[in-house]
Amino acid sequence: MTPSRSAFAAILAKDLRSELRTLQSLPAMALFSVTTFVIFRFGLDRTSLSGSLAAGVLWATLLFAAVLGINRLFVAEREEGGFDAIRLAPIDRSILFGAKVVALVIYLLALELVAVPIFAIFFLDDAAGLLPLAAVLLLTDLGLAATGTLISSMAVNSRARDLLVPLVLLPLVVPLMIAATGATEPLLSLGGPAYDRFGTWLMVLGLYDLIFGLIGYAVFDFLLED
Amino acid sequence: MTEQASPAIAVAGLRRDYGDRPALEGVGFELAVGESLVVLGPNGAGKTTLLRILATLLRPSGGEVAVLGCSLPSEAWKLRGRIGYLGHEPLLYRDLSGRENLRFQARLHGIERDAAEARIEELLRAVGMERRADERVAELSAGMRQRLSICRCVLHRPELLLLDEPDSNLDVEGRELARALIGPGAGTRVVVTHDPERHLPEADRVLRLGIREAAVVS
Repeated sequence: MTPSRSAFAAILAKDLRSELRTLQSLPAMALFSVTTFVIFRFGLDRTSLSGSLAAGVLWATLLFAAVLGINRLFVAEREEGGFDAIRLAPIDRSILFGAKVVALVIYLLALELVAVPIFAIFFLDDAAGLLPLAAVLLLTDLGLAATGTLISSMAVNSRARDLLVPLVLLPLVVPLMIAATGATEPLLSLGGPAYDRFGTWLMVLGLYDLIFGLIGYAVFDFLLED
Repeated sequence: MTEQASPAIAVAGLRRDYGDRPALEGVGFELAVGESLVVLGPNGAGKTTLLRILATLLRPSGGEVAVLGCSLPSEAWKLRGRIGYLGHEPLLYRDLSGRENLRFQARLHGIERDAAEARIEELLRAVGMERRADERVAELSAGMRQRLSICRCVLHRPELLLLDEPDSNLDVEGRELARALIGPGAGTRVVVTHDPERHLPEADRVLRLGIREAAVVS
């Protein structure tokens, strides 16, 4: 294994091990999403959702649950000196960005393994759209993770971190959410999934992932400078 | 005529500001390879700032700094992995065990797995931590964290040691054990200390930093 791959694997394994031991992010994200679904269920007074309303409820909930994890993404690095340890090591600092993006994608996928079935139980009459929804979830998670990692690394040094992350992140992910709901809406329509412009929305999601992945890779080194 | 070896550290007219407030001003000194520099000064004199600049963790605001032949900050990337830095923070993850932290550091420094395991065991024995190394760092005392931090600092066999209060939180036994790893025989060192009685006898050079006073090298 090359030194870069070894460092990437070490950072990723460290993050996953810490999360498994402390359960600081995932349970809170999952609990938040379940509670929000309950609120939507009684707030909307509907036992069944479809189309744009179903897509909106799903993505608004997942997005705000993701913010909880994004807020904590670099806390260990900030509070326990991990940034200094990585800056002293002979590795490209963008490796930290890559490892954090992958860790966040894993957190989001784990969250969705819990949240999406509960969403389906609460609101969907037909679960046929869930299989193609997996592609939308994965592509949206990648974009959310790239943008979230970038914003989290900038906000972590601020005392107003919990405020800054949503304030800066949410406007940046508006295009991502438009594409995600656009791709999800026909999948959850009444009478089973449809695929109108599904491919187009997936391409928009992929383009967003590419742009923010490249921006993160390009600027992350500078963000770690003092 | 013999060619004079380049110094391990050469600093001239170093300045570092935090906003409008100067933390370091007009600092200059040279340190030869293998020598020990002890840095003294009151709180707020900029000792830790100096050490962090030498470690490439802070950028100088002005002046010239060269460490191990690399000009800072432009060639900081060449220095990574060649410095052992022991700061106020142990740079250890609290939710990992001591051994897991050292393995993590070894992978960051590109040390092969077998060599890393052997080196980690050697260091843990050297600081008397082999029996407590599988406990989470959060559960260890400050002195034990400092012992682990010393292991982390020398794990990759650095060419230059930058030590900020290396004895802090260590008991007498810990100090003696640490001495074998980061003491005078450990190579080129810069030691920041508030304990001149202990460290001055080991010093080849002494740098006294004052608040709003010129730095004095002796």
